[in-house]
This record gives sequence, structure tokens and C-alpha cells, in this order.
Amino acid sequence: MLRLLSFALFIATWWIASLLIGDAKLPAPPAVLSVLIVEARSGALFVNLGATLARVALAFTLAMALGSAIGYLMGRVSLANRLGDPWLILLLNLPALVVIVLAYIWAGLTEVAAITAIAINKLPTAVVTLREGARALDPALDEMATAFALPRGRAFRHVVLPQLAPYIAAAARSGLSLVWKIVLVAEYLGRPNGVGFEIGVAFQLFDIPLLLAYSLSFAGVVLVIETLLVQPFETRLTRWRLRAA
Amino acid sequence: MQLEVNITGKSFASAAGKRHDVLDNVTFTLNAGEVGVLFGPSGCGKSTLLRILAGLDANYQGHVARSPGMRLGMVFQEPRLLPWRTVEENVRIAAPHVDDGTLSALFEVLELSVHRNHFPGELSLGLARRVALARAFAIEPDFLILDEPLASLDNALAGRLRDQVATLVASRKMMTLLVTHDLDDAVRLGDRLFFLSPRPARILHVETIAAPRATRSEPEIDEIKRRLSQLDLANM
Repeated sequence: MLRLLSFALFIATWWIASLLIGDAKLPAPPAVLSVLIVEARSGALFVNLGATLARVALAFTLAMALGSAIGYLMGRVSLANRLGDPWLILLLNLPALVVIVLAYIWAGLTEVAAITAIAINKLPTAVVTLREGARALDPALDEMATAFALPRGRAFRHVVLPQLAPYIAAAARSGLSLVWKIVLVAEYLGRPNGVGFEIGVAFQLFDIPLLLAYSLSFAGVVLVIETLLVQPFETRLTRWRLRAA
Repeated sequence: MQLEVNITGKSFASAAGKRHDVLDNVTFTLNAGEVGVLFGPSGCGKSTLLRILAGLDANYQGHVARSPGMRLGMVFQEPRLLPWRTVEENVRIAAPHVDDGTLSALFEVLELSVHRNHFPGELSLGLARRVALARAFAIEPDFLILDEPLASLDNALAGRLRDQVATLVASRKMMTLLVTHDLDDAVRLGDRLFFLSPRPARILHVETIAAPRATRSEPEIDEIKRRLSQLDLANM
């Protein structure tokens, strides 16, 4: 209910602002809606949203899997940490634009280049978060697992993974928002479809209703995924904490 | 099954680089069916000794011979349960081969039946200790280590838990090593009592109680306690 109210407030603010600024710079909600309907009817909206979502899913999965593994290793093995740390600092501070442009130059304007570039941008934050998680593992529980001679796989699943879960959730949460932001830049610079590409087109034509239609539908998709996927997942992970309280 | 302990020394380097001797000379053997009790002042190195015997610390001088394939059950001073798994899952993760009947019987003895599906965070310390005991017994150990299982519980609760431990220890022919600094617990639960010195720990005196645990009468127990408390351990 509160969410609906907040949404209504957003539409009202937008409408009032468009009346004050004028249609040329900020079109009113109905104008944007009609463009949205046209794009949806032609199917272009779904093709572009789909392309963007597919890139997000691939880059996110790749970066989370690699980043978690590297971060866990760096948190557990000090040699790995000393070897990896300079690279990590470099990657953390490398601007997204540099990575994207270099990827396109070296690998061509290809899908692989785009997804790799997005993944590389997200990778270091996942590594840093998971490294913290691995460092915070409780040695007392490790000892318990050793004393009871738990096989590696079972110990990892029942002892280590639940301790890492909040860190994985945090990395996923911050990583997803990072990927949402970067994917559009990568599409804008070198892909023939996707929300970023369409926004680029709208920018060049100064077609503000089109620009807003894509931006807002993209924001809508992000909101839905956050509420329906990310938040329930987080609740499930911390089930034992809620029960314990 | 037998455990031969022949430790000649164990020391730590502190953060400042100073060497601290924790264990001096600790030599004893333990046979199947026997309950050994390590009895000594707080901080004398009992827990360090247990960690070595459990194979958690390999950095010591001397030798500990464990029979090959020996299954270890351990009850740590803190329960060390997995907070994200239920009571039953905690036991089953350590003991995946335990059958339902054995588990139910174990939960029955330890009065845990109603808590099967609770998470450790929902349990009191006394209950959590009992879950840790259930976990250690569920794997049907050949060697059982109990590190102060009755500490910081009120008298009534400690007494009941002691009886439960006695029942479980008697139900299986295994080596048991119990750490306590309560003479009453030591005399009631143990067959052989090892009296340890303050840091660095060495064995000052070994007391063997000949009467089987189950048949010891109250006057006998009082007599043993009286005799032991007169030992001049400080000057040995």
C-alpha cells in the first residue's frame, strides 16, 4: 500500500515538473506511456529488454562465480592474498569506461567483449566482499568439523557456506546494481541492441519520450527483480536468525 | 583400542615473541572402557592438551599414538553447534549413518525429543550442551573427549546432566577423557584421575578408583573425595 502511494507520488511529481519545465524537455507521463505502448506493440521493447537482461545475467553469473572463488581463496590462503592484492586494487580503481573501450578494441565489437568487460567491472567488489567473509569464518567451527572428521564437501556445505551466505548476498546485491549501471554503457558504446543502444539512439535524435520510455521500463524490470528474486533470497538465507530472535 | 600419550612439552609464542610453556611432561595410557579424568586448576593447559589429543594441534614435542581408524567424538567447552542448522541436522551432519532408532533413544535420554526442530539460538546453554553431547555420542565414538561438559550450569541441572553422561558413557565400551575442575564430578564419573599441576602442566598424581562406576556408594565417594582433598598437591 505504502509502495503504491510512493509510486503515485512519483508520477505526480513528474507530471507537475513537466508542466513547469515544458513538454520539450520533460514530456508528461501519458506521452511517454504512448511511446512505451508503441514500442511494446512492435516487440522492440521486449527484444531490447531481453538482450540487456541476458547480458546482465551472464556477466553477473560469471563475475559472482569467479569473484567468490577468488575471494574465498584470498581470504583463506595468505599467499594467494599477497599475490592477488595488487591486481585487486588495480581492478577496483580502474574506470568502467577504460575496461569497456579496451575490451572493444582488443576483442572487437562483440558480445563476448561486452560481457567480459561488464564482468571485469563487477569482479573486484565480489572478491573483496568474499575475502572479508572468508576471513571472518569461525575457527571454532572449523575445529569442530576437523574433530568430527567431516568430509570436505559436507563441511563446506554445512559449516563454511552458511557463514559466507550473508557476504554472498551482499556481493550479489551491490554487484547487481553495479551491473545494471555498466551494462547500458557497454551497450551504448558497442552493441546493436539492448536498452543502452536504444537510449543512445534516442539521445542522438533528441527523442526524450523514447529515452524515458526505455529508462523507466528498465527501472521497472530492476525493481521487479529486486523484489521478487533478491529480497526473498536474502530472507531465506537468514531464516535461522529470524527464528532465533 | 588404546590411546598412548607421551607429551614432553608444548609452548606458545606470544604476540610479543615471548615463549610460554603450557605443557611439561604428560604421559599416560587409556584403554577401551576406561574413563580418564583430567583434573587441575583453571588455565593449567587442559584444553591445550585436549586439542593435541583430538588431533587439532600437531605442534608439540612428544608422541600421541592413536589406534588407526579410531572415531573421535568431542564435546567442546562451548557447544560449537551450527546455528543455521536445527538440532537434529546438527547431529546428523556429524553422524550421517546414525539410524532413526538410535537417534530417538539418544534424544530421549538427553531430554531433547521436543527440541529436534529448534535452532541452537533458541536453546539455553544447558540444552545446547546436551545437543553437543548427542552429536558426540551419535557417531558411536571409540574415543570420547568431554571438555568441562557440566561447567556454568546450576547444581540441579549439572547433577541431572552428569547422570545422563554417566548413562551414556556406560552404554558403550570406549575410551573417555573428561576434563573438570569439580572433584565430585571427577570421582563420580572417572576410573582414573590425573591430577595436573598449574602451568606448565604435568601429572602430579594418578588416582585409580577400583570400584566400578555404577556400584560406588555415597559413603565410598565421600571417603575418596576426603582422601583426595588431603593430598598436598602443591608440594608434589
